[in-house]
Amino acid sequence: MLADFGYGVLVITFLISLYSIVIAIYGEFKKSAVMVESARRAMLLTWPLLTLSALTLVYLLVNNHYELEYVWAVTNRSMPLYLKITALWGGQAGSLLFWSWLLAAFTSAVTLRKWDRDREFLPWVIVVSSVTLAFFLAMIVFFENPFAKILGPVPVDGRGLNPLLRHPGMIIHPPMLYLGFVSFVIPYAFAMAALITGRTDDRWIRITRRWTLWAWMFLSLGLVLGARWAYDVLGWGGYWGWDPVEIAALMPWLVGTPFLHTVMIEEKRGMLKQLNMFLIILTYDLVIFGTFLTRSGVLSSVHAFAESAIGPMFFGFIGLTLITSVALVIYRWGDLKSENSLHSLLSREALFLLAALLFLGILVISFWGTIFPLISELFTGQKVTVGPPFYERATTPLWGGLMLLMGIAPLSAWGHSTIKTLGRAIWKPSIVALIVPIAAYAGGIRQTVALIGFTLVALVITVTLYEFWRGARARSRKSDENFVTALLRLAGRNRRRYGGYIIHISMVLMAIGILGIEIFQTETQKNIAVGDEINLAGYTIHYDSLAQFRNQDGRYVTRAVMSISKNGRDMGELYPRFDIYPDGQPMTIPGVRSTLVDDLYIVLVNWEQVGPQSTPFKIYHNPLVKWVWIGTYLFVFGVLVAAWPEKEREYASARSRRKKAAYGTSGAD
Amino acid sequence: MKQRLWFIFIVLVLTISTVILTVSVVSAQGPTPTADDVNAIAKQLYCPVCENTPLDVCETQACAQWRELIRQQLADGWTEEQIKQYFVDNYGARVLSEPPRTGLNWLVYLVPPVIILAGAVILFRALRAWNKPAAVETEAGPGSASEADESDEYIARLEEELRTRD
Repeated sequence: MLADFGYGVLVITFLISLYSIVIAIYGEFKKSAVMVESARRAMLLTWPLLTLSALTLVYLLVNNHYELEYVWAVTNRSMPLYLKITALWGGQAGSLLFWSWLLAAFTSAVTLRKWDRDREFLPWVIVVSSVTLAFFLAMIVFFENPFAKILGPVPVDGRGLNPLLRHPGMIIHPPMLYLGFVSFVIPYAFAMAALITGRTDDRWIRITRRWTLWAWMFLSLGLVLGARWAYDVLGWGGYWGWDPVEIAALMPWLVGTPFLHTVMIEEKRGMLKQLNMFLIILTYDLVIFGTFLTRSGVLSSVHAFAESAIGPMFFGFIGLTLITSVALVIYRWGDLKSENSLHSLLSREALFLLAALLFLGILVISFWGTIFPLISELFTGQKVTVGPPFYERATTPLWGGLMLLMGIAPLSAWGHSTIKTLGRAIWKPSIVALIVPIAAYAGGIRQTVALIGFTLVALVITVTLYEFWRGARARSRKSDENFVTALLRLAGRNRRRYGGYIIHISMVLMAIGILGIEIFQTETQKNIAVGDEINLAGYTIHYDSLAQFRNQDGRYVTRAVMSISKNGRDMGELYPRFDIYPDGQPMTIPGVRSTLVDDLYIVLVNWEQVGPQSTPFKIYHNPLVKWVWIGTYLFVFGVLVAAWPEKEREYASARSRRKKAAYGTSGAD
Repeated sequence: MKQRLWFIFIVLVLTISTVILTVSVVSAQGPTPTADDVNAIAKQLYCPVCENTPLDVCETQACAQWRELIRQQLADGWTEEQIKQYFVDNYGARVLSEPPRTGLNWLVYLVPPVIILAGAVILFRALRAWNKPAAVETEAGPGSASEADESDEYIARLEEELRTRD
């Protein structure tokens, strides 16, 4: 009964989104503001309706309604409440509903903004958002209904969520990723509106700039949280395995990131309009592609794809939107011509373009590597694996090139830069940066990739700090502020620029962690008895005891106590364990000791016989990996600096006006 | 009495021959392979039945047996190449972490560099095309001649960028 209600609401929402498409287009052609307004209000209805439907599903999930196939598939009685709620996005059908709900929220938010200056965009933004929403709702209504009932007798208990998903990370990682995915629909909708209306100045970019930045932040955080989750739960000592599902989430990021940069060229110089259009179109379609891949598992084989009902629909939709969008770009090609020309191959514009090329290069490698197994199977019948060695070898030089550009581009000027001006700006930071590889070499590091990588990290950090210092010094000299005030005011007045620089530093901090684990990771596996020891990377790991017991929720827990010491110094205990769920599914939880220098990561291996006499342990030594997570915190801070709404500007100017009035001075701002 | 002597003799012969046999077999095997030796090879292979899981961290029973097989093969003196070849012969090329460089598989290695190079060519030509009309402008443009100007020029540029931002 309740399930029918939830489904009915979905059907109504689907019809409403169709209505808003039709009526918005009709209103636009009839020049009827009333009709466009009706379309806008219809769109505003979708979010409350989808909220109702999603809450209905959550209610059914929490209350063990196993007569529903979806509820049966993703929950069981032993699961804690928070996991039953998050099971909303634990499977394909629920994920689609959750995705639609988020999209409705974002499109509602965007239609609530002030439209005075951009009336002409409104109908088309409604159309593009509603087409996207209607497509997802159609997938749910016709193919993947989370409210569908099981045929036959109602099961007593559910199958339960995949154990790997039974983790607090489940609360935050998928929503973040989906937020990132969904919010990229907004800049795309504005881009299409700009193309359709022929208003091809940079207005659409200015409107969506913050949207894009938030979208990018959510997507980036989604990626890092996924990595962290893998590191904490999967027990393979790493955080990123170039798995197709991971790559599917990375691909929109690989286009969204250069997009964030090249839109600046359009804003400042009126150039690259065509490129920006292509980038946002590509981001949008990769978002749809990613949404589809992350939950469907179609990449496992051609057959899985053919059997999946929604696979062909998704590909049809991606193809249709791609062709339509590109056709629009070609139609407006002349209007999108650059208003300006480039003055130097070393100008910031040229360097941004080079960065875009490298990002798209990584995209090509990722995309090709992901779909190649399907191509191979289709044409030769032979299954192949494209694994980490392929991606690592192919993308490492490109990542390195991007780091080099992060080190150079901030010093180059818009419009014109020459070897001379650039050289004069860069030689000081370069010399400081060179200390790092020399120190590393003296410290015994001989791996070329590591030495180059650390040099680039040092270059980016010194160049960026140098930029902060140069700007603040110039400002403090000019306006008699002390250095710190000058620095804060400078950054405060130009948040996007300095927020961006903070993000650059955060990225290379993450690079430190990645270099550490990729190049210097060591591991060992051994069966030992209680009382024995394992040595790795200077650590002595003593096996104190083993406990095996049944938990209250039915899990069978095997937990070891290990005491860690280094050079005779006690460093505390670690508790690697694995849990066997009542349905026989295992979950491995490593014991991790994490410092700025290295992580010690102990896995109690669950696939072999475990007993006090002989217990298999796998131990990883992961140098520097903590910097990945430290970089993430700084990254969020940088985005907040860059994207925080600039209320303070009005406030500051009002304040300075007051000050001027009061003191009759010219003020500091 | 005689019977007893015979019995002792037979037992001795059997024991000695067993010991000799065992010793000879063990010496042919060399040192027993450690879990690390097994993992070094298993790391490079992918589970033939699951998706995208390296054999050294795969949790399934089947994979545990495959690792045991690798241990056995190492104990029997197989080389790394022989073991990998054995898995390819029995389970197909998908057990390798990369497609073997044969036939159609070359595409996976060749397509990305070709596309990236094409992109580089397009970018380079576009940059050159844009660059031409500006060649004169640059020469006439404001040059920053001396070191002393650098700071002022920088402030001017910064201020200009701040002003034109919104």
